[in-house]
Parts: sequence; C-alpha cells; structure tokens
Amino acid sequence: MVTLTINGQEVKAKEGATILEAAKEADIYIPTLCYHESVSPYGACRLCSVEIFKGGRSRVVASCLYPVEEGLEVRTDTERIKEIRKMIIELLLARCPNVKVIRDLAEQMGVERPEFSPEEEDCILCGLCVRACEEIVGIGAISLVGRGVERKVGTPFFEEPGACIGCGACAYICPTGAIQMEDVGDTRIIRRWGGEARFKLKKCKVCGYYFAPEIQLEYIRKKASLSEDYFDVCPNCRE
Amino acid sequence: MKLKSAKELEELRSRIIKERDPQKPYIAVCSGTGCHAWGCVEVTAAFTEELQREGLDGQVTVKTTGCHGFCERGPLVVIYPQGIFYQRVKPQDVPEIVSKTILQNELIDRLLYTDPSTGQKIAYEHEVPFYKRQKRLVFGSNGLIDPQSIEDYLAIGGYTALAKALFELTSEQVLEEVKRSGLRGRGGGGFPTGRKWETCRNAPGEVRYVICNCDEGDPGAYMDRSLMEGNPHLVLEGMVIGAYAIGAHEGYIYIRNEYPLAVRNAQRAIEQAEEYGLLGEDILGSGFSFRVRINRGGGAFVCGESTALMTSLEGKPGEPRAKYIHTAEKGLWNQPTNLNNVETWANVPWIILKGADWYRELGTEGSKGTKIFSLVGKVNNTGLVEVPMGMTLREIIFDIGGGIRGGRKFKAVQTGGPSGGVIPEEFLDLPVDFDELTKVGSMMGSGGMIVMDEDTCMVDIARYFLSFLEQESCGKCVPCREGIKRMREILTNICEGKGKEGDIELLERLARVVADASLCALGRTAPNPVLTTIRYFRDEYEAHIKEKRCPAKVCKALINYYVIEEKCPGCGLCVRNCPVQAITFMGKKKPVVIDHNKCIKCGTCFDVCKLGAIEVR
Repeated sequence: MVTLTINGQEVKAKEGATILEAAKEADIYIPTLCYHESVSPYGACRLCSVEIFKGGRSRVVASCLYPVEEGLEVRTDTERIKEIRKMIIELLLARCPNVKVIRDLAEQMGVERPEFSPEEEDCILCGLCVRACEEIVGIGAISLVGRGVERKVGTPFFEEPGACIGCGACAYICPTGAIQMEDVGDTRIIRRWGGEARFKLKKCKVCGYYFAPEIQLEYIRKKASLSEDYFDVCPNCRE
Repeated sequence: MKLKSAKELEELRSRIIKERDPQKPYIAVCSGTGCHAWGCVEVTAAFTEELQREGLDGQVTVKTTGCHGFCERGPLVVIYPQGIFYQRVKPQDVPEIVSKTILQNELIDRLLYTDPSTGQKIAYEHEVPFYKRQKRLVFGSNGLIDPQSIEDYLAIGGYTALAKALFELTSEQVLEEVKRSGLRGRGGGGFPTGRKWETCRNAPGEVRYVICNCDEGDPGAYMDRSLMEGNPHLVLEGMVIGAYAIGAHEGYIYIRNEYPLAVRNAQRAIEQAEEYGLLGEDILGSGFSFRVRINRGGGAFVCGESTALMTSLEGKPGEPRAKYIHTAEKGLWNQPTNLNNVETWANVPWIILKGADWYRELGTEGSKGTKIFSLVGKVNNTGLVEVPMGMTLREIIFDIGGGIRGGRKFKAVQTGGPSGGVIPEEFLDLPVDFDELTKVGSMMGSGGMIVMDEDTCMVDIARYFLSFLEQESCGKCVPCREGIKRMREILTNICEGKGKEGDIELLERLARVVADASLCALGRTAPNPVLTTIRYFRDEYEAHIKEKRCPAKVCKALINYYVIEEKCPGCGLCVRNCPVQAITFMGKKKPVVIDHNKCIKCGTCFDVCKLGAIEVR
C-alpha cells in the first residue's frame, strides 16, 4: 500500500492505482467526463486535473492517469485547478450548449454563458464509445477519425458500420447522449454514424420478447463456443 | 565485405585514404534541399559534362554533398583542395569555372561572395563571415562528403568513435561519458541525454529500443532534415553507440515522408553500414548486434512528440499519451525506449571520440556543445548555422545572419518553432541556451529562428502560429483542441478589427489553462506565441482593439491604400497592374484615384509604384 495525502487528508491506495482511484476510494470528489472504470483511462477531458506537490514544486496532472506515489501531496481544490475546470467546462459548453451533463457541470461550477461563439455539437470526443467498443465488446467498429478540430468519432470511411453488432455499449456509455439507441418492435436502431443502423432483434421462444440483436448473439455464441440453440431463449426465461 | 575487427576498419580506412590524392581537385556541389530548389542538379550535370568534354573526368571529381548551410546564396560550389567558394552558380557558369579556376587556378570575380558590410570579395569558404563565426562540429562534415558514400565518411574518420566505444570502453563507460558531457536533447525538451539513457538501460524489460526522431515539422526549420540528408552515417554511428550503452539491439529512424532525400540517404547508409559490418549482427566482431529500420511518418506535426511518435510506430494514429511513466521505462510496445533527436545522436560520436571534457569546453554552464539553428525570415543570410551554446542572438542574427533584409529595423525573433515565443529587441544580447530562452518566455525548441522586421504585425504572427497549431493539434484533449481554436478565433477577430475590450485578458486566461492542463508538450507550449506577443507588444494588441489600427500595416481589415497626390504623376503603372480595376486613370499629370470599395488591399499598387506615391494608412 501507498500512503498519500489528498487535500490534506491521508489516503491509502494500492500500488499502481491512480490518484483518481485513490480519491474515489476515500470519497473525495473529482469531476470526470472521459473516465469510466470499465475501460482504460484516456486523459482527454482533463477535467480530473489535480495539482501535485513534490520537492517544493507543483504540477498539474490528470488524476485518471497519474499513479500514486508514497508521500505524494495532492490538491483538488486550488485556485489553479478551479480555473482549469471552469475553463474546460466553458470550452465544452461553447461546443455543446445543449448537452445536459455539460450544462449541469457548468451550473455546478458557476459558469454561466461561455465567452465563445456557440456550436451545435453533442459529442465531446471523450472516446468512451470507442474504448468500450474495442476493449469491452472486442469489436472496434468505430474509432476517432481525423485530427484536431476535424476530429470525430466514425466508422471506417464513414460508411455503414460494417463490423457493428448493435450491442449498444457505445450508447450506454456515452455521457452526452450523442449516440441514440431505440428498440422498435423487432428492430434496434442506433442513430449516429452515417444516419441510422438497423439490427434485427431475436425473439425469445418462451416469452416472445425481442431481447437482443441476432448478430450480437451470434458473435457471443461463437466467441464463447455455445450451442446453436443457446440464445433461442432470453436470459430471463433461461433456467 | 564485413569488417570483423577494429583493425580491419582501420586498414580499410587507410586504403581509402591512400587511394585518394589530397591534391586532386574536386568540386563539391551542395545538394541539400535548398540548393536543389536553386537548381544544383543542373549545375552538377553541367560539371560532369564539361569535365568529360575537356577530358578531365579522370583528374577532377564532382561530389554532390549535403547541405552546406548558406542556403541564401545557393547553388553553392566549393572547389578543393583550395576551398574556393562560388555562390549562385548557374549551369552556364560551369565551362568558365572549369577552364579558369580548375585549369588555371584563376578566380571568377562575379561568382565570389561579396561581404555586404565591406563590399569586399571573398575567395575562400572559411573566410565568409557567415561561416567564420560558426562552430560547425556536427554540421561541418556535410560539405566534405557525398552522403551516399560510406567511403567518404570513413575517409574523414567515420566510425572511429564506434570502434572506440566497442573495443576500448565498456557500455557503462560510454554512458558515463555521455552523462558527463552535459549533452541535452536537441529536439526541444533539453532533457539530459545521459540520464535518459541511464533510465532506459536500468528499466526492467525484455527488449529495449532506441529511436531517432527525424519528424521535424516546424515551419521554416530544416536542420534535422539537412543533417539526415547530408551526413546520415554520423547519426547512425551515434545511434549504434547509444544502443551499445543502453543495451538495445533494435532501433528505428522515424523520418517524415515529406523528406524523400533524407529517407533515401538514411536507407542507403543503413545498407552500407550493414554491408561493412558496422551495423547488424556482431558489429566489427565485437559480439554486439544492433539493427535499424526506417519508418516513414505521415506528416503529422504532433508525431514529433515522443509518445505520439511511438504510438505511430506501433501502427496506430499518432496521438500522445501521458508520460507520467517515462518512455525510457515504458515506451514502444511498452518496453524501455530511448528516443533522441537527429542532432542529439549526431553529437554522440564527437563526445566519444574527443571525450566529455573536451565537449564540456563548448557552450554554457547549463547547455554544453553547439546548436544548429535554422535562421530564416527577414534576415540577409538565411540558412543553417551551427554555433556554440551561449552565443548571443545579436551575434547570430547580425554577425552571421548579416542583419535585416533591405536595411529594415529588427523587431523580434521567434525561437523554438510555432510554439516558441517571440523575443524583442531588448533581449538581443541574450546568450542563447536552453535556460536563457525559457527565462524570457520562449524556448530552444528544435532550433528554429524566425527573424521579423518592423513590417511584421505581432498579433498577426500570433494568429499565424496558433492557426498552424490548431491544424496540427491531434484533438485528443480538450484544452489543446478547443483552447487553441478559441485563442485563434479571438486573434483572428482582433486582426479583422473585431477585437473587443477584455480580449487580451481572455487570451491570457485561456493561455494559462491550455499551458497547464494540456496532455502533451504541443498544447502546453502552444500559448507561448500569444503570451510573449502580449508581454512584449501589448501596445500593438491595444492599437488593434481600441483604435482599430494595425501599427505594422499588415492586417488588411485595418488598412487602406491612398494616393499621395503631390507625388503621383499619373503614369498609370498601378492602374495597369491592379488586379481588380480599383484604380482609375484621370489623365496625364493628374493623380490616379483608388476606389476603396473595389480595393482588395493586395498591395500591388504599393509594390509597383516607383515613386512612392502610394501609402498605407
């Protein structure tokens, strides 16, 4: 175990843990947007920036990535950090003025109206969908495409998402609601890349409920070497 | 032929030198990228042809060398053994050079360089002021060798340092020597090279990699390119020595694909070195093996950042990642990786050959050795200059660079590339090294030096660099992607006369956050041009914002062209040249009239008027 202090409070953390993980463990709030415990940390939103003090010098680091060190002094509430968070939210609010999670954070931090001309985006490019698709689902149907201000999440060549299995992990993990998913009758519709992607849903033999995309079940069945009729019944009806 | 010992290397070297008559004349034609643009290929062809015609092809050699540095005066030709220096040589000058200079040892006056300060003609390369004040440790051999010939490199003592490292020193001693030399990374960070090597050497891992970063991409900077093009073996030798010290057996040279000549020459150098047993398995029979592969970069500026470069090498999009665990410990494919810039590697053979004590004599307390700068912009002698660390900006810009073009007044110099800072006149006597540049808000960067005169608008300059960085930001982190974009927007507004009260403060606030919170050095240094122009030229910002006036008369939205009536004889030259017919001819001896609604402010009338009858306000 490693002992460090966060805002003057002594905190113990496992070796190799990040500052953010140590803070969570100790119930110290650090705001995040691109962080999710199920995928690898990415360090893109910089909202989790904290100030660390070592050898008489201080430095701003992303707490989602910085590994804890013995005796490290961390502060999450300095003026420098507050200014960073406010500006990041102000920048994101200008980019996505209608996204709830950003508006809520802005309100919480006292950011009223951004000083920059508003845009009409709903994606903050946190990359959670991309990481979920690749790391959790193991598909990698989408990726971050382009550079800088041109950067967006997309399918290869912005065509129909060929590799997508319609699992909806991206929609589930998306913090801004930029990826919309809806099940209508026997069809799942995911709205984002190149318009609409439609997936035929499998009907449970027992209850008749359309419970998951056929293509997703087929992917899981093959991956886990399950019998052909394994998904004829939905998980709820299964013994 | 694979060399199997240091002795065999020395025997080969003696044979090469013996076969070469030092008195045999040879013509070195600079074939760097600058001289290519000037037409050196035609000049070389003309020499070959002319020598053949005169039946001299056996007695005089034509050598296509790497960049000599004085790009302003290209194509450059140096005639050895005398070292006669001809500049701006055209193919039609060649027969005369052969008949007069080669055959009769006569100088051709018009091809000599004239010192603008004294008006004196200068015959020899080493007497030209541009070269005289330099200390060309790393860059000096460029003009002496054909970069595609390993024999040339061996003839000037190449790979001696490698043999010394492998047979006379242990890997620890090599490391110690480099540590003691005080060499710091020339790619911009200025991190102590020896310490980086040591971390990498001691880091746990199955394999270790060394990488040469040749992804230089600053606007106007081309020293790494010229070094890789002009002396690839020097870089390679440095890499092998480094690999030996670190214990690495695999290496990569990451070259941007827009540098085709560098790619070709580096590839050729690798093949030749392998052929001679100076690279590959069991180097010189020492038992040490090291392979190098070239990876061509796709042209993203951010790939010059070490973690982005490694991500790109792994075959993924070149995006930086956090360096909280150093790449020397976990770099390429998560293995200990030592990355150095081209120029850093090129310093290594010298340190090993001459020793750390010798090397420490050069430079300042905190920055040892020399640094190559790419001196460009509104300076008379543009080109690549190598000087000892600690030379003042004034000496570099005025003594070597020959001062400001057209007798204009010096205004500022931007050092360190697009994310460096602008340094005003008051700091001209600043000794240039890593620490001093940082103190005034700029940085060494990879050694770009863009000189600006009084006709440069500092707001516009900040806008230009920020728009470059906006396009080159990878877009991964919010402060860099969104912050730079917003800074550029504000700067554009100011330049367009739409600046408003509070813009400067907002820029400063943005700059602080972008510098503090960005993921990599691209974002963290991006505010430098904004912060330094505000710091040193705040009055220009205020003139733009409050008075809607551009003091340098650059920002189009804030200027107009006017006819000075008493000076204009109505010659009609501007009328004929105006691309949008905005100027009306009013009859002979009557001043012309500019229609400001039609005028696109291109400045053509101002440029063509021989009488100075057009003014900008």
